Amino acid sequence: MPFDYMTYLREEKLPHMWCPGCGIGIVVKAMIHTFTDLEWDPSDIAIISGIGCTSRAPGYMDMNTLHTTHGRALSFATGIKMHRHDKHVVVIAGDGDMSAIGGNHLIHAARRNININVIVNNNNIYGMTGGQYSPTTPLGAKAATAPYGNLEPSFDLVELVKGAGASFVARGHVGNGRQLNTILKKAFDHKGFSFVEVVSNCHTQFGRRNKMADPMNMISWISDRAKPMKKFEALSDEDKTRCFPVGVIHEDVSRPEYTETYQELIDSLNNGN
Amino acid sequence: MKESNGEVKFLPGNIVVAEAAVAAGCNFFGGYPITPSSEIAAHMAALLPRRGGHFIQMEDEIAAMGSVIGASLAGAKALTATSGPGFSLKLENLGFGYMVEAPCVIVNVMRGGPSTGLPTHPAQADVMQARWGTHGDHPTIAITPAFHQETYMETIRAFNLSEQLRMPVILLLDEVLGHLSEGVRPPKPGTFEIINRKMTDQPPDKYLPYDTSFGDVPPFVPYFEPGYHWHTTGLNHDETGFPTTNPELVTRDEERLMRKVTGNRDLIDKVEYYMADDADVGIFSFGSTARAAMVAVKHAREQGIKAGLFRPVTLWPFPNKQLKDFAEQLKGIVVAEFNLGQMVYEVERTVQSTIPVIRRTKVGGVPITPAEILESVKEIS
Ligand code: SF4
Repeated sequence: MPFDYMTYLREEKLPHMWCPGCGIGIVVKAMIHTFTDLEWDPSDIAIISGIGCTSRAPGYMDMNTLHTTHGRALSFATGIKMHRHDKHVVVIAGDGDMSAIGGNHLIHAARRNININVIVNNNNIYGMTGGQYSPTTPLGAKAATAPYGNLEPSFDLVELVKGAGASFVARGHVGNGRQLNTILKKAFDHKGFSFVEVVSNCHTQFGRRNKMADPMNMISWISDRAKPMKKFEALSDEDKTRCFPVGVIHEDVSRPEYTETYQELIDSLNNGN
Repeated sequence: MKESNGEVKFLPGNIVVAEAAVAAGCNFFGGYPITPSSEIAAHMAALLPRRGGHFIQMEDEIAAMGSVIGASLAGAKALTATSGPGFSLKLENLGFGYMVEAPCVIVNVMRGGPSTGLPTHPAQADVMQARWGTHGDHPTIAITPAFHQETYMETIRAFNLSEQLRMPVILLLDEVLGHLSEGVRPPKPGTFEIINRKMTDQPPDKYLPYDTSFGDVPPFVPYFEPGYHWHTTGLNHDETGFPTTNPELVTRDEERLMRKVTGNRDLIDKVEYYMADDADVGIFSFGSTARAAMVAVKHAREQGIKAGLFRPVTLWPFPNKQLKDFAEQLKGIVVAEFNLGQMVYEVERTVQSTIPVIRRTKVGGVPITPAEILESVKEIS
């Protein structure tokens, strides 16, 4: 199906505020592609974000859009989904927003298995505030607050969220839009909590400090390290530390979805009890 | 509307809040356990699913506040309850609620101390925090009932005000009121007023989420109404809901938010007086401390002192005008509050230096007694 930008974008809000070449645009494009594919009515979608470059995405999308406080998108989304579990609730945020200040909400939403679709644009840095290191900044990489190289080990968000009990976990990257569309479609279709990490580029704040100021250099750096699960597993231990697996990494359709479970409670309490 | 009361129920204040919230139409509760407010959450967890509503225990206080605002934007009448430390955590999202104009009610069952303090003991030390806790200029409505019947009715009023003015409303109880059991006679359904937020009558292409042409409270549309697609942000925004840094628009909007309170004092204000008509010694007190103040008034009267109580039920906005009027008949006023002196600043600001203002403050977890208040009354008489 062709893209339907007009249905899902607030054209009048363009041009967007992102740097030329920023990976966020690729993620937004993949989202629109997915909405189009799934034929979701924009009035039935709420898209919620936190604070940061990525979290400005909802402002450009023509649906119910909520730009919340830093890190808290999932808590607002949970309230919305509980009250209107018949609707689509999508969260988009950056790595700092979702895994540092918002980390607690992420693991608990995953544990509840509430039907919210989360996309994390992971560019390994705090972009908007000026390039400070985030929980996903690689060890040794430079950042505004790590001028001598990052001393902290980084999170593997996919493993983190899988460990927290998410029933759908996947990873894509901005170097492969077609694959990202496929992944997002599966994620949005999944009943239960779904989490998609998109490995992305912030050449302005991360690249510039790490010899990749050109967006294409950064996207190549990302693409070269992205390996489908089978190929990733065949890598040597040393290569594995440099690369990352992409695709659907975990899917469990047997787990009950939280708002459905709650609805069953409501029904049982109101049927003759 | 004249309410007609039903049967007497003997309930702790926290349960009264939960019962009244449901009576007011509350259909969402997002909470987090904290003493001494937890019974509100527990009771809501039992009540809501029976009525098709939703309860959720969130992973922390911040998330509880976020879930409440999210639910409200989706159209729910939402409640959360907490106590001091939890209230501190909720404040950022509370400010978001003021900014995006999401109706909801936040209960703070106040406990002693800064920090963890005295979790199982009462205090009234979060009253300034309720007014000024979240950053930036913002309007505040905070209500401090003193009796369970009043708590019931004021919980309903808190919901009504939040819906009518599209803003969070704070209900301040304390550990004594939360845990004390006393009789209440809830009004029969249909015999009291329930106000729901005003919905827009504009079609989607004409709808502006912060349209001020209908007054200072913009008509609402919940998420998912076909075609409306409005944008909600904590950034300063214009009437379209989208961010702006235009100084004029920002100023106009922030002033409008304040005006929702300053321009609706007749709806919001509520002061109760006790033996105040001929009083020449005033007592200013609120919440559970006001109960001790009433006893002090009686004892003072027995001793020939013409004492009278000024009791704000709506604590914020502060009843300056009412207090100024009352002060005109007084030789002096005692401010009895269960903290080290907070509302006394407002009282002093109001009466200026026309009469002496005597502080009767206390911390330590043991409520102020009538005898202590009487002692202060005698300093004036
Ligand atoms: S700072 Fe980085 S993340 Fe932000 S818009 Fe620029 S490239 Fe994108």
